[in-house]
Amino acid sequence: MFGLQSECMLHVPEQYHTLSDYEGAQPRWCPSCGDHAVLTAVQKVCREKQLPPEKTVFVSGIGCSSRFPHYMRTYGFHGLHGRPFPVAEGIKFRRPDLDVFVATGDGDCCSIGAGHWIHAIRYNMNMTVMLLDNEIYGLTKMQTSPTSRKGTISNTHPHGSILPPINPLVTTLGVANVSFVAQTVDWNPAHVFSTLMAAHAHPGFSFVRILQRCPHFSPNLYSDEISNPDLTVLLTHENGIEAIPEVQKMYKNSVEHDPADINQARELAQREDLVPIGLFYCNPEQEQYDKYGASNIGFSPQQKSDALNVELDKYAV
Amino acid sequence: MLKGNSDELAAPENVSSGEEKTGIKVMPVEECIVEIVSDAGEGAQKAGQSFGSVSAKMGNGVWTVEIIPAEVQPPARSRAGASGIRIRFGSDKVTNMGDEADLVVAFNEQVLYGRIDQKAYREGTIILIESKWKESKVPEIQEEYALAMQEFKQYGFDVREIRMEEECLKFVENPSKGKNMWVLGMLCSIYARDIEKAEAQIRHTFRRKSKKIIESNLLLLNAGYNWASKNLNLRFQILSEAESVSKVVMNGNEAVGMGVMAAGIEVCSMYPITPATSVTHYLSEVFEKSGGLVHQAEDEIAAIGFAIGASYAGKTAVTVTSGPGMALKTEFIGLATMAEVPLVIVNVQRGGPSTGLPTKVEQGDLLSAIFGQPGDTPTVVLAPATIEECYHFVILSRQLAEAFRMPVIMLTDANLATGVQPFTRPEINLDSFSPPIDQSPWKKEIRPYEWDEKTGLSQRPIPGQSDGMYVLTGLAHDEESHVAYDSHINQLGCNRRSRKMAAIFKTLSPPTVNGDEKGDLLVVGWGSTLGAIEEAVNKARQMGGSVSSLHLRFLSPIEPGLEKIFKRFKKVMTVEINYGDEENDPLITSENRRRSQLSWFLRAHTLTDVDFLAHIHGQPMRPGFILQRLKKELGL
Repeated sequence: MFGLQSECMLHVPEQYHTLSDYEGAQPRWCPSCGDHAVLTAVQKVCREKQLPPEKTVFVSGIGCSSRFPHYMRTYGFHGLHGRPFPVAEGIKFRRPDLDVFVATGDGDCCSIGAGHWIHAIRYNMNMTVMLLDNEIYGLTKMQTSPTSRKGTISNTHPHGSILPPINPLVTTLGVANVSFVAQTVDWNPAHVFSTLMAAHAHPGFSFVRILQRCPHFSPNLYSDEISNPDLTVLLTHENGIEAIPEVQKMYKNSVEHDPADINQARELAQREDLVPIGLFYCNPEQEQYDKYGASNIGFSPQQKSDALNVELDKYAV
Repeated sequence: MLKGNSDELAAPENVSSGEEKTGIKVMPVEECIVEIVSDAGEGAQKAGQSFGSVSAKMGNGVWTVEIIPAEVQPPARSRAGASGIRIRFGSDKVTNMGDEADLVVAFNEQVLYGRIDQKAYREGTIILIESKWKESKVPEIQEEYALAMQEFKQYGFDVREIRMEEECLKFVENPSKGKNMWVLGMLCSIYARDIEKAEAQIRHTFRRKSKKIIESNLLLLNAGYNWASKNLNLRFQILSEAESVSKVVMNGNEAVGMGVMAAGIEVCSMYPITPATSVTHYLSEVFEKSGGLVHQAEDEIAAIGFAIGASYAGKTAVTVTSGPGMALKTEFIGLATMAEVPLVIVNVQRGGPSTGLPTKVEQGDLLSAIFGQPGDTPTVVLAPATIEECYHFVILSRQLAEAFRMPVIMLTDANLATGVQPFTRPEINLDSFSPPIDQSPWKKEIRPYEWDEKTGLSQRPIPGQSDGMYVLTGLAHDEESHVAYDSHINQLGCNRRSRKMAAIFKTLSPPTVNGDEKGDLLVVGWGSTLGAIEEAVNKARQMGGSVSSLHLRFLSPIEPGLEKIFKRFKKVMTVEINYGDEENDPLITSENRRRSQLSWFLRAHTLTDVDFLAHIHGQPMRPGFILQRLKKELGL
């Protein structure tokens, strides 16, 4: 502790937050929905990091996964379909002290909100984004989503969907100023947890795609991968997602991947033979728009008045 | 008003420069309307704005308005390409652009046709025209020019052909740059403007340019001034009284921008759209110094979403847009209403529907501002009537949005946006700046929507306040902000949000009537038409007409006492720049007639048979146009 200024010293929270401090309303998702596992992992991340609930904001759009904020005991903003990103950006812009999480789904993010998604990546504001991707519209009862595989039978495409799906990882990795892209799966809670821990620690727009199933409308999705871990490939690296022995033991296939290597990240993201999980890309040096937003906060009324007077002088007759 | 005496004049071109012209009569006039018209990019607007500023600084009342072609790069020498500026200035306060111009400087004859089509001139209007086209190497141009001179004389214009470019060439190599300053000098001579004030204005206008450019512009200014003094026998004097109060001069969009700063707002979120964008151009330049930032979003929806996010996080934000942007923002306005997030929305209206008339004037968004959202969305709608009010109403909007926890829509239009007018320098009140974000612990027992039964008001927890955690939702919710589908809860929420409108209404006083409190005719207006309406009404009153006017600033909730006031007049009519069926149109009956927006609203609100005068020519209302109708109504 020699030479440390008091403000640099470890701040001991006045109150230790337990898991239940982050638990909001009783989740109303269907039993066995993948969202439950993600919620639990997120609450653990909050406890692990002792995030002050009053300084934490969960923002979402509309859809099953967008009910997420209601099930947290933090501040929450359950807004409009496809629009969580602009709201989250507005919240973060002038409030660097707030910890912002976004919960979004494949329809919310990749369809109606796709424009905002692309720009949110480019703004690269410090927030943790969870794309809960079950490849189907659940809340509105089984319509094709942009991530539905070609041939998916749905209420809007009873003879099978016509177009190939959007790959959210490939898309995200293709946007200028991308800074953090990871993928995890709802059936491996330990990996979800460690991935979200890394995402939260990253200064910038941390995009985590979470593969999951809808028990009603896409129940058989990934059933092969769940029963056979050999269909998954684990991305490993000292700068990657923290290695957890139980996870490493589970997966025979692993690839040493440096998350600074965007070209290899793009190649891995396109793999269709195996499901890659782990950290694809991480660059903490990218431009952060929230730093610009926080560049001139806290002006006093007198400072504002002085600036306005200078302006009025310019226009004085 | 202004009449040139052509008998006294030798054609300017016959006068060799340097020869002193004597015996020029100075004509005192109360006011003048001057236009500078050119192809786009020839600097007419810069010259006109400088002329307006100089006149304001000399104590004149001034209103300037830009003449904007619809296209970015219209073909040169075309009717559609008329670009430029109108300056109306006089001894008294000037409140609108007026009717026909008294004097016009034109850089070519074709753009003048564009203005003639819009009935901008009258018999006797003096036209000072660049005559270089007479010797054009292109035979068609020579012919066009000759034909135009012939026609202009037939129209009764007082045409003076001037070799402007040739005069400029005596001082600079490239006369296309700087001819506008020569014209400014010429106008300064004609209207006896203080040349030193004009020089100071040029130094200010070109403050970011090189010294060489400033010097060259000053040279041309003086050249134009000297030339006109020697060669033109046009001299007018517009007296003014020395100003006792200090004033500022700006356009409505700059006033909105300054109002944003005066309101203490710290985030302005926008997407480029004409004619609103210049608010944010102005703010982008200066906002950082007063503790604010402009965010250029990826689209109109993101712009309002971002503003709502910033407001939710503690500081009420503003988003600035125009009609098509309003249409896109609809869903988020509904969310801000439902979830009770304070927000200021400035809609600088343009012609609609759809992409419509982007650069033109219209007041077509009144009903969509009040009723444009699905479901019941009580929203405050305000309309400043002057450029001065553009400044003050932003402060008011921010305060209302916060006090009543709801979005406030402020409707201005392209007329206010580009019009320039001096007004009393606002006093800065430190209390008008938004308070710091409250981060004190929240009282746990207070629910996030604990609606007061009488006023509908509730207190809003801000992220960062301990024990205030709640989840905002656009779904129907109870006082805890819990999603609730019970029918009685939705009824209660809608009722409480509506109750806030009644609470605001209670704070308003009835509008003031301009003229007698009762009579034959009452004219009702809103927004930028105030000056034109009052000018027309006052003229009709001088002619003996029993007519009064009133102007609404609050459209939602509407101002109180209207029904009572209306009852004291035999007839009530609105004057508006939006669409209404003409009474005598085919198929139109009193049953199916689609009425102008305010008249429709007032009929429903007061059960009065309110008539209207409305057009959608894309132009500001002219006092003469209104007077014509008043005379008909009053039998004058």
